[in-house]
Amino acid sequence: MTLQPNDRVADTPESGIRKFFELAEERDDVISLGVGEPDFSAPWAARTAAIHSLEAGKTSYTANRGKLELRQEIANHVEQWELDYDPDSEILVTTGASEAVDLALRTFVDPGDTVAVHQPTYISYKPGVRFAGGEPLPVPTGADNDFVLTPEALREAGAADADALILCYPNNPTGAVMNAEEVAAVAEFCVDNDIDVIADEIYAALTYDGDHTSIATMPNMRERTVVINGFSKAYAMTGLRLGYAMGPPDAVEAMNRVHQYTMLSAPTTAQYAAIEALRSCEESVDEMATAFNRRRRFVLSRFEEMGLDCFTAKGAFYAFPACGGDDEAFAENLLEEQGVAVVPGSVFGPGGTGHLRISYATGMRDLKEAMNRIDAFVADR
Amino acid sequence: MDEKQELLSLLSTDAREDVDDIARQLGTDAETVESLLDELESDGTVHGYQAVIDWDNTDTEHVAAFVELNVELDRETGYKEIADRIAKFPEVESLRLVSGDYDFAIEVTGDSMQDVSQFISEQIAPIPEITQTVTHFIMETYKEAGIDFGDRDDDDRLSVSP
Repeated sequence: MTLQPNDRVADTPESGIRKFFELAEERDDVISLGVGEPDFSAPWAARTAAIHSLEAGKTSYTANRGKLELRQEIANHVEQWELDYDPDSEILVTTGASEAVDLALRTFVDPGDTVAVHQPTYISYKPGVRFAGGEPLPVPTGADNDFVLTPEALREAGAADADALILCYPNNPTGAVMNAEEVAAVAEFCVDNDIDVIADEIYAALTYDGDHTSIATMPNMRERTVVINGFSKAYAMTGLRLGYAMGPPDAVEAMNRVHQYTMLSAPTTAQYAAIEALRSCEESVDEMATAFNRRRRFVLSRFEEMGLDCFTAKGAFYAFPACGGDDEAFAENLLEEQGVAVVPGSVFGPGGTGHLRISYATGMRDLKEAMNRIDAFVADR
Repeated sequence: MDEKQELLSLLSTDAREDVDDIARQLGTDAETVESLLDELESDGTVHGYQAVIDWDNTDTEHVAAFVELNVELDRETGYKEIADRIAKFPEVESLRLVSGDYDFAIEVTGDSMQDVSQFISEQIAPIPEITQTVTHFIMETYKEAGIDFGDRDDDDRLSVSP
């Protein structure tokens, strides 16, 4: 047989999200609460900067690590989370935060290494670990603890023996955040058990109640943490594919080795947009975050009114109500009967079973109508 | 932001929301929103709620003009007194005192250009303190009240994505 996928690829199933995408695409009256990206466009000033760079013929590669100007802006930007990284040696600009996650896994995971992945979480981590030759170790989190990762959960899952942990808060799909105390507890566990951390903080700027705490700010964590962030969510730049990884110089140098041979450099046009985004678009970002926060309160209050149990999601643009029982059937019937698309929680790992991921990255008018339809659907059952 | 500021910021984006939905979005209850609205209306912070209309999209005859006004003040008459007189005309949509080459910037509407010109020459220009008027008819409106008339709601995102 020709072009036979290797075992790692062959053993990785297609994402469960795909099925709902196809079902939703079959109809044209669907309101989708299944979208994992903002409904806003990138700030106009950032788009203009991209256009100007194209007009000026800036279409060549950049430095492997990304334009220094951009790395400097990133260094300034992350100071708000008490992160201090040197633009020259500790920041790597990547093609989306996705590339940064993949780079970190391919750089730090040896064949057979165990990588703890809390559940439910973003769908790419487990396949990413496998593609890198590692073994993902699921660590459950649950609604009883607001989907926060704890040392107890890590210990119980056997993560004390893990080589690395992927930590994603604010979390997709739950919208959960971790406060400083909770992050400190996980940090202590990682230091005690010599575990490296890949911290995907792509939703950090979308933290609504209190401030985001990066695990890299905890004692003895900087040297064992790669912090990943990007422009997709807070700057509504998903299609521009731009992210970054930050860590100690040796770690970034090592990731850059993989990056330079596989990606060369992140998209140049997007880098120009990002420089402008960091320089002048804070107001647009705040406006988007304010809109998300209003919708968050709106959906949480609607779920409460319709009697769907939903913990108070405090970050990203997701709510994660419990629908009881078979979430996949719930989502399929909801789409069939009411034309509302949501993603069943089980897609994001076993801990998500019995829940739905509700993305509120949708205008208020549609959101209201969708909530009314869900209300009618729940009342009918 | 306190509750009142949050309410104002929400209303300035969309004032058509009903009180229950406003309350849900602000994380408070309908009674609180009602009483805040009462307060904002009675203390002269919120003066009204209006739709942003692209009149070119309707069959209604609607002509608007920006008019620059220069005035001469004297001992008895200040800007405020003049403004009070101009503001009373229903044809005057907006009235502002501005810095720069002229004193007042007003917006006037009517059913036709003739209607508007006539109003300026017969009602505004004769006001004794007004020394000069310059009328700019509005040819096309692209954006108003923060809303870009060219923006359409075409969502080209994938309907379900990770």
